[in-house]
Amino acid sequence: MNLSLNLVAIRTLVRKEVVRVMRIWVQTIVPPAITMTLYFIIFGNLIGRRIGSMDGFDYMQYIAPGLIMMSIITTSYGNVVSSFFGAKFGRHVEEMLVSPMSNSAIIIGHVAGGVLRGLAVGALVTVVALLFTDLRIEHPLITVTMVLLSSAVFALAGFINAVFAKKFDDISIVPTFVLTPLTYLGGVFYSISLLPEFWQTVSKANPILYMVNAFRYGILGTSDISVGHAYAIVLLFVVVLFSTCLYLMHRGVGIRE
Amino acid sequence: MKALSINALTKTYANGNRALKGIDLAVDVGDFCALLGPNGAGKTTAIGIITSLVNKSGGSVEIFGHDIDTELEAAKACIGLVPQEINLNLWEKVGNIVETQAGFYGLNRRLARSRSEKYLRALRLWDRRNDNARSLSGGMKRRLMIARALVHEPRLLILDEPTAGVDIEIRRSMWEFLREINAAGTTIILTTHYLEEAESLCRHVAIIDEGRIIEDAPMSAVLRKLQREVFVLTLARPLSEPPGLDGFDTSLRNAEELEVGIERDHDLNELFAQLNARGIGVISLRNKSNRLEELFMRLVENKQGNGVAET
Repeated sequence: MNLSLNLVAIRTLVRKEVVRVMRIWVQTIVPPAITMTLYFIIFGNLIGRRIGSMDGFDYMQYIAPGLIMMSIITTSYGNVVSSFFGAKFGRHVEEMLVSPMSNSAIIIGHVAGGVLRGLAVGALVTVVALLFTDLRIEHPLITVTMVLLSSAVFALAGFINAVFAKKFDDISIVPTFVLTPLTYLGGVFYSISLLPEFWQTVSKANPILYMVNAFRYGILGTSDISVGHAYAIVLLFVVVLFSTCLYLMHRGVGIRE
Repeated sequence: MKALSINALTKTYANGNRALKGIDLAVDVGDFCALLGPNGAGKTTAIGIITSLVNKSGGSVEIFGHDIDTELEAAKACIGLVPQEINLNLWEKVGNIVETQAGFYGLNRRLARSRSEKYLRALRLWDRRNDNARSLSGGMKRRLMIARALVHEPRLLILDEPTAGVDIEIRRSMWEFLREINAAGTTIILTTHYLEEAESLCRHVAIIDEGRIIEDAPMSAVLRKLQREVFVLTLARPLSEPPGLDGFDTSLRNAEELEVGIERDHDLNELFAQLNARGIGVISLRNKSNRLEELFMRLVENKQGNGVAET
């Protein structure tokens, strides 16, 4: 593999993704911030006052990390799935496929684009959160690494969705029927210690639970699960999903006849 | 070393369609080759395999000595593709499209910009560099795809029906441009339905039909195979019936146009001598049909009637 060629190609692809996102920033950056503002107002401010505290934090503080993480992972997923499927649909994916850039470079470039958009949205939602509550980052390294790894996991998942998608409906099925339920049940709004033991066990099969809790640990210093387990699971997902993407690209699934 | 070397290439699609049934093709470095065939003959599939957009079922492909099975990246780096379908990101700016493609081939940003300017100017698109691709006309989009394919200065340029749907003036200017880059050393493979285009540009022709190569030879050798040509003569004075000319078939298209069939062993001087002797003046003369078109139809029809003449 020609490393310098692939580095240039990745940089080019990331720049292209950033330009695309910024060209339509009203569609790509602003909506998650508006949605999260509504969450903060309704769940945090209006309902949260009646709930009181959770794990020693007021409810608004408790849900803020989860809402930030939720916006990051849904944005990372959505960016890659729409970008890569759009390229397939418009056939300009062929610009990459005929070039000597490697399959890894194509995947990394798209994932980096998804992560960057996730970070942009996450930063904006954090600013919104700070309008409603105080947040002090207890463990900066954990906060940053968990954001990067979690958004990478969902960017990779979005890439796989785009590879298999044949029509625009196919890119909304997973977010609607899988991602959203997993996010809502992933401890964004509650501590799983509130659940009966059986449902606590079921919840631990949800990878988003680990991401949200590790991120919450990074900001607030509290978590329902072991942060070590969270890293192990998220890293495992990164490796498995990246390998799956590589395999699909190598086989040409969804992109080569 | 050949610019392109294809051996026993086969492709069977998932639906069972055998698009390629074992084709062999060699294109010399610096050649200008026409790949002709009716719709569904397998041209686009062959190009798809060469450019790695389609997975092959069997056989081998080498580009400048690089096997696509073992040295795919090196092989891809040698190729520029202008596909049949418009595959531009229509929401992207013209300049960005070309610069981005350069980046995918590993050209740094500075070089990408200068190459982009070079080819956008050459293809008369520089003034539109800041416009979205969707605002371009059909001919401009085709020229943009050529600029995009050339930005990394490939050794082999493959054009799949590049002039489909463009007007005559633009087509002629594209021909001139392709001649120039071929003269500068770029090997070119062209598929087209305009056989006049192939005859005018190409030195080598391969005809593919139903997944098999049925002709593969220099253009001059292929055209020599034509045993008979038909000319249309515009007459100085109208005739009521065709004149009987020894050794020539004649018929009237209308009172002022005479069709004359000429076998290869007769020459035009003899024809004009006989016409002069009969006092028949001729204002102008033209081929009834494109010669390559005639040969193409004959080859395809022969194959259908007599079975495949594989080469």
